[in-house]
Amino acid sequence: MSAQPPSPASVLDTRRPGIAPEFSDRLARLPWWLLVTILLGLLILYSIFSDEKTGNAFRAIVPGLVVTLRTAVLGYLMAIIIGLFAGLGRTARNPVINNIASFYVEIVRGVPMLVLLLYVAFVGVPLMMTALNQLGATLGSAWLSALTPRSFPNEWRVVLALGFAYGSFEAENFRAGIQSIDRGQSEAARALGMNYLQTMRFIILPQAIRRILPTLGNDFISMLKDSSLVSVLGVEDITQLAKLYASSSFVFFQSYSVLAFMYLTMTILLSRGVRWMEQKLSQGRR
Amino acid sequence: MIKIRNLVKQFGAFRAVDDVSLDVGKGKVVVVIGPSGSGKSTVLRCINHLETPTSGEIVVDGVTLSHNSKDINTIRAEVGMVFQQFNLFPHLTALQNIMLAQKVVRKRSDDEARQIAQQQLERVGIPEKASSYPSQLSGGQQQRVAIARALAMNPKIMLFDEPTSALDPEMIKEVLDVMLDLAKSGMTMVCVTHEMGFARNAATEVVFMDHGKVVEHNTPEAFFSNPHEERARSFLKQILH
Repeated sequence: MSAQPPSPASVLDTRRPGIAPEFSDRLARLPWWLLVTILLGLLILYSIFSDEKTGNAFRAIVPGLVVTLRTAVLGYLMAIIIGLFAGLGRTARNPVINNIASFYVEIVRGVPMLVLLLYVAFVGVPLMMTALNQLGATLGSAWLSALTPRSFPNEWRVVLALGFAYGSFEAENFRAGIQSIDRGQSEAARALGMNYLQTMRFIILPQAIRRILPTLGNDFISMLKDSSLVSVLGVEDITQLAKLYASSSFVFFQSYSVLAFMYLTMTILLSRGVRWMEQKLSQGRR
Repeated sequence: MIKIRNLVKQFGAFRAVDDVSLDVGKGKVVVVIGPSGSGKSTVLRCINHLETPTSGEIVVDGVTLSHNSKDINTIRAEVGMVFQQFNLFPHLTALQNIMLAQKVVRKRSDDEARQIAQQQLERVGIPEKASSYPSQLSGGQQQRVAIARALAMNPKIMLFDEPTSALDPEMIKEVLDVMLDLAKSGMTMVCVTHEMGFARNAATEVVFMDHGKVVEHNTPEAFFSNPHEERARSFLKQILH
């Protein structure tokens, strides 16, 4: 028995007759999921303006957008700052600094976001206030002594918790970025007489940040989504407002559809932005 | 200029440099040769403390190298180093590569640093590449920028760590020519290299190392025509064919 090599005709047979192969290929490669998503989005958008229930739900939720964006942005900025220093600490050769940074990263990364949020809000902040009270007592400052856990607004606690939690992810991100830069780079900088900080600032970090920029962008998207957890503290972000509106009006379907629609619009736009940034960077990669 | 006494560098159980003593006078061009793994590069890297010596003493320009990082940075600014892999900063142009350390270490003004960088690029023969990024340069051009970057700091000593080993053959000459000019200008140089032609033409002394020890220290004429040591003789036979 001799195996017949497939003839060119039999290869073509797998294509549907009558349609040019390029066309069917392109049809199969179309991002159908995106089309469906956009259609669904348009449907909800249309309902907001035409359907009364959906419109009311939207108007009830939309004021929370400011809180959602504010907590996400502020929490993110805090996470970046914490992450940068903790990441530097993780790459440091000094054992004390290294261990402190590792302790923070490993502990915080292993605790669920929600638990961390509760912990910071109900354990961390009261502890901090007690400490400040005692400081106030020794310094004789009436203002510090008068502080109670209530003087720390919930939205701040949320920002603190998000920043603290995401700081550990960003720390690992920065560490990976720093360690991905060839050793020769820091050797060349040190050989020119630059000290550690100058080497980091002018040589290592500019290259490392370029590499981790897409991850940093994706983490902002995660942060935006995780900011919905703040509703457990009663902070009135879009999730909390949707919950409140849904349970008072019993309009569950419309409320949560609008809520999901709002998150999706933001995350899809942002992830397109990250994609665009990635492409820009890979073009510019030398 | 450089005084090395009883230098030992240990990597775990492996003794990369084993009791090396060496003097390099002002204006001397010392070429260090030897088989790979003989500790040549490690000695070089100990001179500007990229490797911390296990024991021994290194005095550069009158300053004894200690663990004090301030001393180390002072020494490093006076000692230029050129690497096998060039190690240019990829996110900076050729000109910026040469300007950066001048500004942050030597505290020169932007204008002054730029002017010196431009002069150094002319010296190494590629002034037209000032605004190119390293990735847009050939290996030979990159290495010449790296030399210019080191020279812009006005070093008293230049260290070369196999500067032509990563280059395509047709680019070796352009780098060696720059080094030859530098040697003629009276720069104190220590070069680890496999370029015997350069050793013959530019060196004032040749140091032959094997197994972490200095086996022979001689003038290039004597070393290449009539090496004392058997080990040096067999090495030369291997590489000169």
